[in-house]
Amino acid sequence: MNFQLTDEQAGLRRLVRDFVDKEIKPIAAHTDESGEFPWDTLRKLGGLGLLGLNIPEAYGGAGADHLSAAILIEEIGRGCGSTGLIVAAHLGLACGPLNAFGNEAQKQRFLEPLASGRAIGCLALTEPGAGSDLAGGVRTFAELRGGEWVINGSKMWLTNGAEAETAILLCRTDRTGGSRSLSQIIAPTNTPGITFGKPERKMGLNGSHTYAVSLEDVRVPAENLLGEEGCGLQQTLEVLDGGRIGIGALSVGLAQAAYEAAMSYAQERITFGAPLTRHQAIQFKIADMATQIDAARLLVWRAAWLRDQGQPYTLEAAQAKLFATEMAEKVCYEAIQIHGGYGYSRDYPVERIYRDNRLMAIGEGTSEIQRLVIARRVLGL
Amino acid sequence: MNIVVCVKQTPDTAELPKISVAEVTSGDIKTTLVLNPWDEFAVEEGLQLQDRFGGDVTVVTVGEEKATEALKDAIARGVQSAVLLSDPAFAGSDAWGTATILAAAIKKNGPVDVVLAGKQSVDGNSGLVAPGLARKLGATLLTNVTKIVDVAGGKITVERQLEEGRETLTASLPAVVSVSKEINDPRYPTFMGIRKASKAQIPVWSLADLDVSAGSVGQTAALAQWTDLRKPAARSSQVVLVKEATVEATAAKLADLLMAEKVI
Repeated sequence: MNFQLTDEQAGLRRLVRDFVDKEIKPIAAHTDESGEFPWDTLRKLGGLGLLGLNIPEAYGGAGADHLSAAILIEEIGRGCGSTGLIVAAHLGLACGPLNAFGNEAQKQRFLEPLASGRAIGCLALTEPGAGSDLAGGVRTFAELRGGEWVINGSKMWLTNGAEAETAILLCRTDRTGGSRSLSQIIAPTNTPGITFGKPERKMGLNGSHTYAVSLEDVRVPAENLLGEEGCGLQQTLEVLDGGRIGIGALSVGLAQAAYEAAMSYAQERITFGAPLTRHQAIQFKIADMATQIDAARLLVWRAAWLRDQGQPYTLEAAQAKLFATEMAEKVCYEAIQIHGGYGYSRDYPVERIYRDNRLMAIGEGTSEIQRLVIARRVLGL
Repeated sequence: MNIVVCVKQTPDTAELPKISVAEVTSGDIKTTLVLNPWDEFAVEEGLQLQDRFGGDVTVVTVGEEKATEALKDAIARGVQSAVLLSDPAFAGSDAWGTATILAAAIKKNGPVDVVLAGKQSVDGNSGLVAPGLARKLGATLLTNVTKIVDVAGGKITVERQLEEGRETLTASLPAVVSVSKEINDPRYPTFMGIRKASKAQIPVWSLADLDVSAGSVGQTAALAQWTDLRKPAARSSQVVLVKEATVEATAAKLADLLMAEKVI
């Protein structure tokens, strides 16, 4: 057992921390309030080799391990939830499946531009009638006609949607249904028939745009099938296992940011003649926050480490996501509590972090789905 | 063109207030240590000179083994080679002793055209190493440089920041150039740079490797000694809220107060 980061991981962490403190954190409030997509930041992250961090060098990435990707997302999340989510979705949901299931030609054509940071990607799973129930709910159909997939349907909650160059669509390719009736198909987002709505109006994460998209006679070549026909559900679940590590890491970063803000406020704010940190009621909150953040980070790192070792990590990724996202909810709540009235004010960062974190217990598998995954594994059901 | 950048590992500026007198006296500083922020500009300028005029950039530092981290930071930004100058005999060197060690290493490294350094370190703050180095190398000294205009025909043309304004001057090479923060915008390390740095084997030169006598460096040779060290008292500040009946009256009152404090 070794809890020491490698030189490379520690160097990455220093780099991202420094970058986040100088370039991301100072504009996080603006990103949230204006809802501007942080293109400048993403271009800079791409230039540093971070938008393909855990993708092989042969496809434009940096060839780092998944633990490094978790560190990257945590550190970005510490500065800005919106930017963190954009990167987590890009790496985990777009680059991830292209790398895992793409053939050589697909990787060169679709993965390389994403991993080298020239463009971003997205994954389209959810539909008006299909969220947690993908197997039964997906009504976007793809039919093979004359060497082309013709796709019709609609998708919702696409993180990065209209800003993405490449989308991976989960489509039903067998109308008879069943667990082997879904397939993943790659579609450039400028393909005729793909129409994005306006970005959704959300509680938080306003710099990360979320879209509904309609698909009308969208035609892409047959070779855009990603992985195996009929294996779309299994592939998606595998992608989500990886994505959950990213969302867990993002929540750890958000919690860390709320904790740091609360710590610095508690050291300065005087009540009853002493800084807040001298009052036991506040000390206990800070002790709990520090402990919970550490516990969540270790769960996230364990899941990433297992993945790096090529071992099964479905259970551990679900545990990490469940614990980290719900932990961050509590930590943000207490961070606001420590700030008192100021915590509820937009002049302080903790209310933004609280709003940003709320999605984490919903996206890429709700807490309820995580509990289902965990229960099935531990009970052997 | 051969470029050498002299750097120092210092505490992170944000953590300077946390450091105790005892840590400074013992040399066992427990806060995060980084590449001296002023030296980031020197490293960046070395890389930019290389881009403009070609040649090699070598980064050197005097310190214990952990100072390798500062060299690795420079490698992660794109510097090709680095040397750590480390020996128990070097401990406690003052600026002149440090300049003696650096000059010997630069001579050993080979012919040099431009030696770059940050204008000072954020911990010692003396700004004396670059002048000492120029003296030891017999090179031209150019301090507070805000722009390197050209390097050609054995000459270097630079802009310097003076209290009265800016001057442009041309001087002979080799030159020791200490840079200020206006000179450039340091790049971040890249991830591939970090990977290269994490694998880099950095040579260590000790006293025996350099043409330096043991008596000319270290604590005993130091011309300046720290006889007392104390933290400055924390500055107290006071908040005054100015609120008069009208905006004009508030502004007038505020202006009066600022003038009384000689702020404007």
